[in-house]
Amino acid sequence: MSTFKVFDIAGSGMAAQSVRLNTVASNLANANSVSGDERSVYRARHPVFEAVRHALGADGAAAAAVRVRGITESDAPPLARYEPGNPLANAEGYVFAPNVNVVEQMVDMISASRSYQSNVEVMNTSKELLLATLRLGQ
Amino acid sequence: MFDIHAHLGLHAEALRLRAARAELIAENLANADTPEFKARDLDFRAALAAAAGDARGVSLATTSPRHVGGVGTSSPDAPVRYRVPLAPSLDGNTVDVQVEQAAFAENAVRYQATLTFLSSRLRGLMTAITGQ
Repeated sequence: MSTFKVFDIAGSGMAAQSVRLNTVASNLANANSVSGDERSVYRARHPVFEAVRHALGADGAAAAAVRVRGITESDAPPLARYEPGNPLANAEGYVFAPNVNVVEQMVDMISASRSYQSNVEVMNTSKELLLATLRLGQ
Repeated sequence: MFDIHAHLGLHAEALRLRAARAELIAENLANADTPEFKARDLDFRAALAAAAGDARGVSLATTSPRHVGGVGTSSPDAPVRYRVPLAPSLDGNTVDVQVEQAAFAENAVRYQATLTFLSSRLRGLMTAITGQ
């Protein structure tokens, strides 16, 4: 029955969006993790999604689920702050703050949660339709 | 001999196509944030026409009694088309979430309508069998 594929597809979407929410949480939690070294400072992470097509049905129709291809780190330069009193400061008195843009992360979070919700909606509706189909003729 | 397929008519095919369309729209919604993903939808009218052709056995039009009638076969793959996006996006994704959600809701309602048609056909059949 092909309708069960809907659950796989919506489930893959929910998994991908929750990875995105996880990276947002990680970025926001580390937004103030300063470091004395420019290379070792935390960098904003972002997942890259990819559609995977595989023939699931007997009719050979390809279903496109989504998966996380990988997690990229932002190339934006970390912010150097002059804080000579900070114990992590380097010889010149600078600490490096992560290149996390908090506003961007909040927007990403809202977008991920909305996408997650629409996948949940798809799953709920499909479940109801399938249950109604099972009751057919009763 | 009684043919239950003929009794259920096109509604059984329509239910199958509605399920296939729900699947395609679920794909679009799951890939709403995937770069380079192109949204697809089922051309329901063409798909149902193809299914109807299958069910009724379309034959060639004969304009002369000496013409040979042939039975046509519809193409096996459902007519899936790419959606034309309302607005271009930078990452090459053509999914409009609102459009897809509206299409999914519409498809769900029509699926339920088809279910209602089917169950009334089945009820009629049960009435005929039990004679009550």
